[in-house]
Amino acid sequence: MKFKGWAYAAPTALFVLIFFVVPIAIVARMSVSDWRLLTGNRGFNAPENYQDVLDDRLFWPAVWFTLKYTVVTTVILLGLALILALIVQESSRWTGFLRTSFLVPSALGLASASLLFYALYSPQSTPLEFLGIDSFLGTPNAALWSTVVLIVWRFAGFYMLLLLVGLQAIPGDVYEAARLDGANRFQTFRFVTLPLLKSSLAMCAILCVTGSMLAFDQFYILTKGGPDNSTITVVQLIYNMAFYGQNNLGRAAALSILVLAALLIVNVLQFRGLRDKEG
Amino acid sequence: MFRTPQRVVTGGLALLFLFPLVWASLASVSPQAGTAQIDGWGFGNYQTLANYQAGIGQYLLNSTLVSLMTVLFTLTVSLLGGYAFAMFRFPGRDALFLVTLAILMVPYATLLIPLYVLLTELGMQNSLVGLALVLTMFQLPFATFMMRISFEAVPKELPESALVDGCGSFRALLHILVPAVRPGLITVGLFAFLAAWNDFITPLVLISDAEKAPLPLAVANMRQQVMGIVDFGATEAGVVVLAFPCILLFLVLQRHYVRGFMSGALKG
Repeated sequence: MKFKGWAYAAPTALFVLIFFVVPIAIVARMSVSDWRLLTGNRGFNAPENYQDVLDDRLFWPAVWFTLKYTVVTTVILLGLALILALIVQESSRWTGFLRTSFLVPSALGLASASLLFYALYSPQSTPLEFLGIDSFLGTPNAALWSTVVLIVWRFAGFYMLLLLVGLQAIPGDVYEAARLDGANRFQTFRFVTLPLLKSSLAMCAILCVTGSMLAFDQFYILTKGGPDNSTITVVQLIYNMAFYGQNNLGRAAALSILVLAALLIVNVLQFRGLRDKEG
Repeated sequence: MFRTPQRVVTGGLALLFLFPLVWASLASVSPQAGTAQIDGWGFGNYQTLANYQAGIGQYLLNSTLVSLMTVLFTLTVSLLGGYAFAMFRFPGRDALFLVTLAILMVPYATLLIPLYVLLTELGMQNSLVGLALVLTMFQLPFATFMMRISFEAVPKELPESALVDGCGSFRALLHILVPAVRPGLITVGLFAFLAAWNDFITPLVLISDAEKAPLPLAVANMRQQVMGIVDFGATEAGVVVLAFPCILLFLVLQRHYVRGFMSGALKG
């Protein structure tokens, strides 16, 4: 029995070992080594890589921009997803059509969606001249908001679906009780729906914060980090350090270890916050 | 439930979500200056795409191969793994399951830099097989989780009666359990396909040879051709070719797509 269990689990174990555990060990070692793309490992040099990352002139702007982008995206995306979930809550043919319409963008890849909006935003091809916006990507602020619109379009249906699951788990008699107590629609939403939806919302927030902190495709394709490096995210900085210009794998590894640590801390805090509220 | 004004507002919202897709499809065949389609409607932009460098056929083939390999590897590994985690007790079972789920916690970028070095050592850097193996690893947390709960939902009597009848555990799996967990397999396969077809950063890092680029990478690279002048018509056509199979699969398998997210939601 034990042997058989391991035999069936062996492919999983091999995959996890070769493509996950070993790379984690390599990246940890890289982060404390002088390791260039072309020359390979040239020995231990800690803490130089970490020092270089903190001294990089784009490091703090990238951290700041990533945080700003994460907060803006999470607030707007979850707010809209909640509204959409409330709209399509009942099932009927009409809401079926609405659900499909909201969900279709989430079948697209993030890269495809970014390419689509790249064409949608470019002066030569845009059909949006009637909005009277001079440039969608030309200023730092415009580039940020244009990207947020793309992300909201791509992911709103996905988060709507997750919240819909939460909404449908609320038993009908809770609403009935609220109605008998004379609660109006806003009160029902504020004091019944929202508290009971808290764990779904928290899960969406964790997913959304994690995804936004690791943003890459959309900025790589849409803004290339511009204008004037104003939309460089942390993951883009990792990519640039490793494969573009600096070709310094050690430094990129040090930054990715820092990102991993930040992500773990944020997730632990979010889980803890969630548990405290429930307890 | 829905009165007319509400229908107008919600319908307008739905159109807002559909608009970019409809626009891209129309723009890719409509006349536009600076593209291959200047006069009248037609497929000039698709022609440009077809003749771009190695030809769209090559990139479509690359994407198809990578996606099919990823689906195959993911289904095989997660079917066996899910069976092991759900039906057997063995030392290290919980630890292995947790480490598999932990893949979700680690950013792609953190893993791709060492994977680039590791695959070079293994002689698989710049290879579609190597790319598919890495994409499979990224799929494993969801796939293993999904297959484990699928096997756990199967009534225990089903495999037991098969074993009593003298089936080996492998034949029991193949003939009796696989049909029982088919919905789980469809969900896992669909997600693996969409993820592999659409992934961008993994081939960007691991594939250096333009001939071997999957479609998203090829379309993104295409924009930088011809002295910095972007052919938006060809880009729009590329988006349509990229999106079409995904939207088709989504519409056909919508129930499974929704189910997949819902069982994913159980984790939270």
